[in-house]
Amino acid sequence: MTTFLRDTATIFSREFRPTLREPVGLLFEMGQPLLFLFLFGSLLDGAVGSSWQWFVPGILVMMCLTGPMAAGYTLLVELIGGSMERLMVTPLNRTAMLVGRTMKEMIILLAQAVLIILLALPLGFDLHPAGVLAGLVQLVIFGVGLGSLSFVLAIKSAPGGTLFYIVSQSILFPLLLCSGVLLPLDTAPAWLRAIGYANPVTYIVDAQRALFAGHLASPSILYGTAAACAVAAAGLYLGNRAMRRGV
Amino acid sequence: MIHARGLTREFKVKKETVTAVHGIDLDVEAGRLVAFLGPNGAGKSTTLRMLTTLLPPTSGTATVAGHDVGQNPAGVRARIGYVGQKNSAGENFLVRDELITQGRCYGLSTRDAAARADELLDLLDLVPLARRKPGTLSGGQRRRLDIALGLIHRPDLLFLDEPSTGLDPKSRADIWQHILRLRETFGTTLFLTTHYLEEADNMAERVVIIDGGKIIADGTAERLKNDLAGDHITITTSTEQEAATAARIGNGTATGTTVRLQVPNAAAALPDYLRTLDGSGIRVTTAETARPTLDDVFLALTGRSLTDDDIPA
Repeated sequence: MTTFLRDTATIFSREFRPTLREPVGLLFEMGQPLLFLFLFGSLLDGAVGSSWQWFVPGILVMMCLTGPMAAGYTLLVELIGGSMERLMVTPLNRTAMLVGRTMKEMIILLAQAVLIILLALPLGFDLHPAGVLAGLVQLVIFGVGLGSLSFVLAIKSAPGGTLFYIVSQSILFPLLLCSGVLLPLDTAPAWLRAIGYANPVTYIVDAQRALFAGHLASPSILYGTAAACAVAAAGLYLGNRAMRRGV
Repeated sequence: MIHARGLTREFKVKKETVTAVHGIDLDVEAGRLVAFLGPNGAGKSTTLRMLTTLLPPTSGTATVAGHDVGQNPAGVRARIGYVGQKNSAGENFLVRDELITQGRCYGLSTRDAAARADELLDLLDLVPLARRKPGTLSGGQRRRLDIALGLIHRPDLLFLDEPSTGLDPKSRADIWQHILRLRETFGTTLFLTTHYLEEADNMAERVVIIDGGKIIADGTAERLKNDLAGDHITITTSTEQEAATAARIGNGTATGTTVRLQVPNAAAALPDYLRTLDGSGIRVTTAETARPTLDDVFLALTGRSLTDDDIPA
């Protein structure tokens, strides 16, 4: 366990250092989510109750999907170069390699979450600290799983990389659109809602909304947490297996 | 240092099983410099990747630096260094940071890793480049950085996959100087792949030749050349007719007016051969002898030249 933590810290600090060196990149990464937040937030104001309360958690889930995908891309670059191979020959714990990398994305996500919440506060966002904290923990679990899945995809795509772009691009938007992140699924036709029920992201979005609204007893939180844990378990299992089989 | 038995690796390519490495047995004693030679696709890198725990063998066993690659890969990893074919340093990171990360990967504290990083920057003449990104380095500088990364934990055994490929002659000589110094100073066991024949010939104490996933020759370059290829005599005559006769007499081959024969000891055989030809009334215009190259060894073993490099799939 101690070597796992040490190795996670090693990879995390490796990945995080370039961000610290050029922190401006963080702001640029936030451009799109902020645009979505303010455009959709203004459009939907009134339609879904307090739009900010409804929209902020959705935007965080959206960032939680794009961040780990980006992590997979950086891994792909390192797989195509030789640096991943070099790290694989060291005794570094394999799970720590996956977790350390996604932790970096998660820290960035948390920083961005804080910033978005601060921006939304004057617009009428109602802060429920306990719910928000629990929500962020859930997002981190979900993100670690997604990050690992994205790494598996990167490993399967190397050395060409085309597969990575095809799959990540064709999965990301359907996952987002069918989860009710941007528009509520309540008024959607039955078939669309059925797709939504099959999409793990839907449960996470619902849980996030309940948590951010301070409805800590809502059963959707349980489903969302289960979905996040399932994604994390599947991601770490497949990620470890992919690395054991050789990259 | 390395003991492999029946090491085999198969790959599935479109539902067909391709055997890249076919039951290799290999023993390397500590302190040796072994060159692993073979054409592209012969199984060099696959073997290396199995010995360095990057790829699990389909069957067979290997003990590397005292540990089994399948049973205890972490034990192997802690004791070996590996310099791969591609660039070891990540593009997004500074040279010194990558060295420190590498030290921490082997369990050094950040402070010890930093001290070791500085030592290696100095050892490999990289000090002025410490705060640069790898993408801004020249080919030779990048290769030195790769070697530094492989040495961070002072391994007893270092694997190098094509360490000098793609470098200009000066950088190649420079890399070799570093590799040889390493061996002299620390007694590191070196196992490297190369397709530069003259490198294997000049530098390695032992040459292992692999082709089609099998080891086809193993020994000192000198012994392989004497046993398997022999010296060459090349003469030219004034007419093609004479060349044909000279080839028949010497049991060689004639191309145009040039005759080539293979003999165990060319320097001793040449005077006799010339006298015989003189007696037969053949006028020899030029004559020379040549020691065999490792390419001749490969040619004698496989009927192909190593320098053609592309083997039929």
